[in-house]
Amino acid sequence: MKKKILMRGNEAVGEAALLAGCKAYFGYPITPQNEIPEYLSTRLPERGGVFLQAESEIGAINMVMGAAAAGVRTMTTTSSPGMTLKQESISYLAGNELPCVIVNMVRGGPGLGNISGAQSDYFQATRSGHGDFRSIVLAPENVQELADHTIKAFELSDKYRMIAIVLGDGYLAQMSEPLVLPDPVKSAPERSYALTGAKGREQRIIASLRLIPETSLDAHNHDLQKKYAEVKKNEVLFDTYKTDDADYVLVAYGLSARIAKQAVRNLRNSGIKAGLFRPITLWPFPSDQLEALSKKTKKMLAVEMSMGQMVEDVKLSVKGNVEVDFYGRTGGMLPEIDKIVERVKSYE
Amino acid sequence: MSKIYEFPKSMNNVPTHYCTGCAHGIVHKLIGQCMDELKIVENTIVVAPVGCAVLVYKYFKADGIESPHGRAQAVATGITRVHKDKIVMSYQGDGDLLAIGTAETLHAANRGEKMVVIFVNNAIYGMTGGQMAPTTMAKQVTSTTPNGRDTDETGHPIRGCELINSLEKPYYIERCSIHDIKHINKTKEAIKKAFEYQKEGKGYCFVEILGMCPTNWGMDPYSRTAINWVKDEMVPYFPLKLFRDKGVRTNA
Ligand code: SF4
Repeated sequence: MKKKILMRGNEAVGEAALLAGCKAYFGYPITPQNEIPEYLSTRLPERGGVFLQAESEIGAINMVMGAAAAGVRTMTTTSSPGMTLKQESISYLAGNELPCVIVNMVRGGPGLGNISGAQSDYFQATRSGHGDFRSIVLAPENVQELADHTIKAFELSDKYRMIAIVLGDGYLAQMSEPLVLPDPVKSAPERSYALTGAKGREQRIIASLRLIPETSLDAHNHDLQKKYAEVKKNEVLFDTYKTDDADYVLVAYGLSARIAKQAVRNLRNSGIKAGLFRPITLWPFPSDQLEALSKKTKKMLAVEMSMGQMVEDVKLSVKGNVEVDFYGRTGGMLPEIDKIVERVKSYE
Repeated sequence: MSKIYEFPKSMNNVPTHYCTGCAHGIVHKLIGQCMDELKIVENTIVVAPVGCAVLVYKYFKADGIESPHGRAQAVATGITRVHKDKIVMSYQGDGDLLAIGTAETLHAANRGEKMVVIFVNNAIYGMTGGQMAPTTMAKQVTSTTPNGRDTDETGHPIRGCELINSLEKPYYIERCSIHDIKHINKTKEAIKKAFEYQKEGKGYCFVEILGMCPTNWGMDPYSRTAINWVKDEMVPYFPLKLFRDKGVRTNA
């Protein structure tokens, strides 16, 4: 059995990127994710990879675009305001169908906000950029999953030629927990699109400009939607805890889900049948599974470290079968177990 | 009989989308000729800007990618860092390189990224319809300066080569113009030198080329008006000169 080691969230992401075969990292300093570039600044060049501190968040994501076009696994990491700055190029990456991984250790907003953990970037992760496109969004709840999801993000991103976002938060980034390091990824896929010089073959062009409305841009968007439908069909991830007989279901992801789980235990101890539904992929959102659950549930409560973002997807998913309540704290505050318990008890 | 002219083999023989009298066609041909002479097209990756030259990759038999507006040198950085043995060319206009992309430009230059930057300065935003550019001349009429550029309000045109020349790492910096045959030939020499240095794995090479946009300058492309405007208005403000050539210094 592999040994458990103690690692900080940010460092686990850095190590997992190495294990996933990331060959090029570009980033810009922003708290609370700085330990990721610091970790990779020595470890990546040691393995023959590229580490470069960019002049800006915008510079970093565009360097990622260049490296992705060049045909290697590549990553950038950031925190909320930085993620906003990257949005234009995120759309270009999606239009170009270039794979890359972006880790966003979410902090409190709006504006400069603060550097504590928050979940108020759900919208900008799942509905980002201009144009009709999607990115895969994974939401880890502990340091082990931060590492596992980083590797998974690289694999999904290559499989579908899409951006894969790992949506952590400032607390996960900074907390140290035991984890078992995942196995290194051995192979990366063939990249028939990679720009390697046109020697002995036709030139390759990576471009998102599609000037002819019907035959190029409209058609391209339909192709993208087909791909997104495949992702929806194959890649939805979620977890449930005591939902089988639950009258009340808490819906929470990431760190909020860990808090909500304890609330479920406390509620069960006082005789209330509560359960927890945890979306792991925020896009594709586990809508069908949540809808099925809504048919045998009296009420749902979305718990978030935000003022209510994921709750909108919960409401859309349950199609009015059940009432969806919301409880959230933000700006560095965590949802309180007692408050969750109290709220659910008020449903009785 | 010997052949004295042929269409560059490095270029795709397709009609370009540029207006009559546009600088880009001439600059493209010079690049194509240099690529032929140095036999590098198959080893080159072209980064296109947003602007009139957005389709530049279509005209060369090289791999190419389009960049978001102003970010060409960041995208080129990602490529050149991964493919150290390839030649990367970033082809950009003035709005792209010196307004929205100023940070990317200065920092790629400052890091001495291994790339050729071809900077076509025509003192205007072409594709969006002739608005004021960072290099628009004082008093120049554009669609956003209908009474002429007022330098009290909007500052003076930015000199790209001079900015880049304040940095330590760039390897080769030259400003050229294509307003007559002599200068076209000089421009070709500069482009060729920049590509030669890339072939040798040298650093950041920046070639600024002053050129015409008769369409948005409101000038007749069939007369010499636009060409003369480059010579008479732009050249005195943007001096044509070799700012730096580290190759010469090391050879000497
Ligand atoms: S608008 Fe100006 S720069 Fe653009 S293609 Fe026409 S002449 Fe050339």
